[in-house]
Amino acid sequence: MTEPLLSVRGLRKRFGGLVATDGVDLDVRDGEIHALIGPNGAGKTTLITQLFGELTHDEGAILLKGEEIGSLPTVQRVRRGLGRTFQITQLLPDFTMLDNVALAVQANGGHSFRFFANARRDKDLRARARQHLATAGLSHRAEVKVADLSHGEQKQLEFAIALASEPRLLLLDEPMAGLGHAESEQMVAMLSALKGRVTMLLVEHDMDAVFALADRISVLVYGRVIATGTAEEIRDNPEVRTAYLGEGDA
Amino acid sequence: MSDSTTTDQTLNPAAPAAPAYGRSLALLALAVALIALPFFVQAIGQPALVPLATRVLIYAIAAASLNLALGFGGMVSFGHAAFFGIGGYVVGILYRTMVDDTLFLGFIPGTDQLLITLPAALLIGGLFACVIGALSLRTSGVQFIMITLAFAQMLFFLFVSLKAYGGDDGLTIRRRNALFSFNTRDDITFYFICLVIAALVFLALWRIVGSRFGMVLAGIRQNERRMAAIGIAPYRYKLAAFVISGMGAGLAGALMANYLRFVSPDMLHWTKSGELMIMVILGGVGTLLGPLLGAAALVVLETVLTGWTEHWQIVLGPILLLVVLFTQGGLNGLLGRLGLGARHD
Repeated sequence: MTEPLLSVRGLRKRFGGLVATDGVDLDVRDGEIHALIGPNGAGKTTLITQLFGELTHDEGAILLKGEEIGSLPTVQRVRRGLGRTFQITQLLPDFTMLDNVALAVQANGGHSFRFFANARRDKDLRARARQHLATAGLSHRAEVKVADLSHGEQKQLEFAIALASEPRLLLLDEPMAGLGHAESEQMVAMLSALKGRVTMLLVEHDMDAVFALADRISVLVYGRVIATGTAEEIRDNPEVRTAYLGEGDA
Repeated sequence: MSDSTTTDQTLNPAAPAAPAYGRSLALLALAVALIALPFFVQAIGQPALVPLATRVLIYAIAAASLNLALGFGGMVSFGHAAFFGIGGYVVGILYRTMVDDTLFLGFIPGTDQLLITLPAALLIGGLFACVIGALSLRTSGVQFIMITLAFAQMLFFLFVSLKAYGGDDGLTIRRRNALFSFNTRDDITFYFICLVIAALVFLALWRIVGSRFGMVLAGIRQNERRMAAIGIAPYRYKLAAFVISGMGAGLAGALMANYLRFVSPDMLHWTKSGELMIMVILGGVGTLLGPLLGAAALVVLETVLTGWTEHWQIVLGPILLLVVLFTQGGLNGLLGRLGLGARHD
């Protein structure tokens, strides 16, 4: 097996007495969709936030393509190919969808110390932003202000913005949370269409979506990865069944 | 694609049609009015209104500059009087140095040439903004407000204690700076100098706000976390905007020193920072022409109300309150809803 795209070793994070991340080891292979599941409070979002550099870990290593990125600020990690979506959407509410995505395209294309030309009339920028909106199925709403969007549309926009940064590895923090059934299906279709082109670490509670999408699954319980494997392996793992899938519950 | 306008507009609902047209028309009307103003007020026998309008233009430059940081960048600077005052002192000190035939700091000769003093004020204003901004922008929110205020007050007290340059009493500039062979002492000539400079400043701000830099700045105002996630480190962009903002305020200060032929620590006082903020808020935070409207409103209000009572701020307070509570975007927003507005961005 070649070197994994993302390799996490012994990651640890404490908040006072609470150990939120307790020695996590995790490998994400190039091209796969790797799902990260676990009960509420298992530390999934905390882990994503540390991988993205918005929270600093106490111990351990984070390697992207073999390079230690654990001490870099978020912006540097983004430049090295990391992207994320937020469970609680982080958007620019006064801007239209197109503006939101165009700004990400612009950021991906180098510095923005350009003071004269009108950015909204930059054909290349707008065209590429429209492409990403189309990928996310949002073309028809391009000119709508974010503040006027539905929750589902905002989630999809999160995704379109993340794509515009052209990440090597995309960290998806509960992209289906709060979506209706139809919207969820649409999101699953979108993610599976991108499979292979973008490597994804997917945190998700929707098990149907996880089993439909993931090449491999890791189970996080109390800040610790208790199992990693294919969907079948995880389903049949007795430890996972007791700890998480709720033996007898379903 | 454009042969059928109806389908084109349904496909692209944001296609600017009537509003853009009305806006250009309103802008044209404003330009004509500003150019005709000195001749008009002379014709109606009120030549004293020309200096008043000049003051509006100068404050408009300062307020519009502050608005780049405050309105577009979300940096609530309570210390912009520092840059305004510094700009004034650049003119004052260069003039004094020239008259005394000495060298400022031992190597800078004095001058009374507007073509030198204005760029100098721009530069020095930007330099101070760079230092103050570099430190202040490590904080945000209330801390940022207080630290910019603190820096401005430090400079205020520095100039109060600088006896060589008049201290408390300020510096008198006996003649306005010279520009080619114009008679800058003439009110109408000086008005037009200020009008041209104000037009250039507003033009520059208009380009900046719509540029890639402007988009990033507006993004940072809305959500810094989002900006970091797309790979933009906010600090450098905020600092650049703060410096540009300080440069504009410095330029306005230099014009004000020329206008008054006097500069004193009053120009750096925190109440001056407050006045600039009031202009921005009155006119419309984060709008292009708002600061011009706000400056006009405040200067005219002050002039009219001081005619009635020296406690004119008693009336100003409620007016400001009404504007903030009910206009949704200051005077600019109000005009916008009457169909005349400059765009709300």
